[in-house]
Amino acid sequence: MSATQEFRIKWGMVIDLDKCTGCGSCMVACQAENNVAPAEDGLNRRRALNWLLVYRLSNGKPFPDHDIAYLPRPCMQCGKPSCVSVCPVVATTKDEEGGIVSQVTPRCIGCRYCMASCPYHARYFNWHDPVWPAGMEKTLTPDVSVRPRGVVEKCTFCHHRLMAAKDRAYAEGRDPEKLPDGAYVTSCTEACPNGAISFGDVNNPEHKVHELIKSPYAFRLLERLGTDPQVWYVSRREWVRRLGDNYLNNEPTKG
Amino acid sequence: MEDRQESTAPQKEVCSRFKCRLCGVAPFFVGIVVALVFGWWLFPTLMFNSQEQPVQFTHDTHVNVAGLDCNYCHKIRPDGTFSAIPTTKECAVCHQVLLGESRAERVFWDEYVRPGKEVAWLIYQKQPDNVFFSHAPHSLENCNNCHEFSKTELCLFCHVNVKDKAPTYHENRLSGYSKDTMKMWQCERCHANPNHLAGTAANNACFVCHK
Ligand code: HEC
Ligand code: HEC
Ligand code: HEC
Ligand code: HEC
Ligand code: HEC
Ligand code: HEC
Repeated sequence: MSATQEFRIKWGMVIDLDKCTGCGSCMVACQAENNVAPAEDGLNRRRALNWLLVYRLSNGKPFPDHDIAYLPRPCMQCGKPSCVSVCPVVATTKDEEGGIVSQVTPRCIGCRYCMASCPYHARYFNWHDPVWPAGMEKTLTPDVSVRPRGVVEKCTFCHHRLMAAKDRAYAEGRDPEKLPDGAYVTSCTEACPNGAISFGDVNNPEHKVHELIKSPYAFRLLERLGTDPQVWYVSRREWVRRLGDNYLNNEPTKG
Repeated sequence: MEDRQESTAPQKEVCSRFKCRLCGVAPFFVGIVVALVFGWWLFPTLMFNSQEQPVQFTHDTHVNVAGLDCNYCHKIRPDGTFSAIPTTKECAVCHQVLLGESRAERVFWDEYVRPGKEVAWLIYQKQPDNVFFSHAPHSLENCNNCHEFSKTELCLFCHVNVKDKAPTYHENRLSGYSKDTMKMWQCERCHANPNHLAGTAANNACFVCHK
């Protein structure tokens, strides 16, 4: 099976970095939605899992030219995912309409090959069984499974929300393959207080993101690696766009 | 071929020697039979415990005597979720008073309706945590765009027959899962059916059924 497949629907996320204040609401919303156990120390790399992680970018200049930006990083749901091609047990695939890269944790054998291959560090390994402080297990989302130790996990674009949106479409007699804009959005999209995150089908002209990705200020992370990510970033600041890829000193920034 | 024909000459001797060897091999055959009995019959029975439903509810009474439609108790809500099994309060619409003399109803009334407690129904088809299933795409309206199933026919593709008495529930002692769940290949037999792949959203991608 080839790792690349074209889909009619392409779920995509557009993050406006100029609107992002780095507040971290998206990270919290993601963790709560996707049953990621609360870590005692979020900075402990062995313990903390972040399906969505906010990075801080800096232009590295002294005051008064100093500037910073924040960059939330979900799984890019690459069009040509390197993780899929290296998985020895077909635990991660890109074969579903919409292009979301799956992660079937019962199938995963924990070899962590995919983590090594992912250029975005979007994948995390469960070194320990998750622990919920007493009483907090009531906050678990029933439509998301809980992962045991020994498997890799990652952002799924809140895939369960896609299924819920489709179920509603079935019940209302609408076509589940033609969801209207906003019927399916991820938890982080909903949580962003500043509206920095937009979500939808980039192939569907009726969805907002269809236009957003055409902006001259839109770019994708490490685009020239050829992974064809389904997450776009928008920034009007050139230095931010320049950090999105590896440029040679004499190369002009895209956009 | 030729070799074998030549070796038929000292047949008698071979035969007696063979008999003797059979005596030596016999314990192994017995061993295999014992192992097969253990592996195929005894172990699977030991693996599962049997439980009865907490309330001896019968579908036949409610569907044929009380004249209820399946949808009265098992419906797909307008938002696409499945109502599953009614709450005690919903049953109590009728069971506010004792309707008959049966012991089962008495138990239901005494232990659940009066204290207002929910019944811990055992779900034969309860899937593991990592499986995503939803009834909305498998609804009668949806399937009958192409087929002509009756309601019970449809449910029986996937469910045990609960028409008369509620069947015994078998739980795996190790995993805690029900014995009567649908296995992955059973879902896939229908999902990977070329006739379905072409015209419906029945998809065999892993993430359709897993979460
Ligand atoms: C009065 C409410 C009521 C009605 C009407 C009703 N059911 Fe049920 N159903 C229940 C209850 C309670 C259970 C749980 C006990 C059991 O499994 O027998 C159940 C369980 C089931 C199960 C087993 C689910 C599982 O895997 O454990 C199936 C299948 C089922 N019903 C099908 C039907 C069908 C088909 C009809 C219509 C012909 C129907 N039911 C009508 C109340 C009802
Ligand atoms: C439409 C009214 C109605 C509803 C709703 C209803 N029942 Fe009944 N139920 C009856 C009738 C009628 C009988 C038969 C009583 C008799 O003659 O013994 C009965 C009998 C029973 C019995 C006795 C054993 C049997 O099935 O024959 C049990 C237990 C029972 N019901 C449980 C339930 C539960 C649990 C629910 C909710 C899931 C429920 N009922 C909902 C009308 C209803
Ligand atoms: C395509 C297979 C399939 C069909 C058709 C189907 N079911 Fe189910 N049903 C399931 C599965 C799988 C589950 C377990 C869901 C889970 O555990 O997440 C289930 C669960 C249930 C439950 C228990 C829900 C709960 O969580 O308590 C009831 C009740 C039920 N089904 C009734 C019905 C009835 C009534 C019909 C017929 C109209 C029907 N089902 C048709 C596969 C099916
Ligand atoms: C787009 C039309 C279509 C829809 C919708 C559809 N089917 Fe089918 N199905 C077919 C065709 C065509 C066949 C093959 C012809 C046949 O065997 O009758 C088939 C065959 C089957 C078979 C026999 C498969 C076998 O291996 O023998 C079953 C069972 C079945 N469908 C169940 C369902 C169920 C349950 C649903 C609803 C969830 C459903 N179908 C929805 C078109 C459809
Ligand atoms: C009898 C046939 C049949 C069986 C068995 C069956 N399915 Fe389906 N399923 C279908 C059909 C047909 C559709 C598509 C309905 C449509 O497009 O109208 C479907 C759709 C779905 C969908 C929604 C797909 C989407 O993208 O909207 C999910 C999820 C699903 N099935 C899960 C399961 C699981 C899990 C099982 C096993 C427990 C299962 N199914 C068993 C026939 C079946
Ligand atoms: C049509 C629905 C369907 C599809 C598609 C599907 N699965 Fe499953 N899978 C299931 C169901 C249902 C079970 C649970 C079976 C059981 O109860 O024993 C399961 C169980 C499993 C298990 C065993 C889990 C355990 O706890 O033992 C693994 C591993 C698995 N699936 C991997 C995959 C992979 C990898 C793919 C994609 C290539 C896939 N599945 C596609 C329905 C599906």
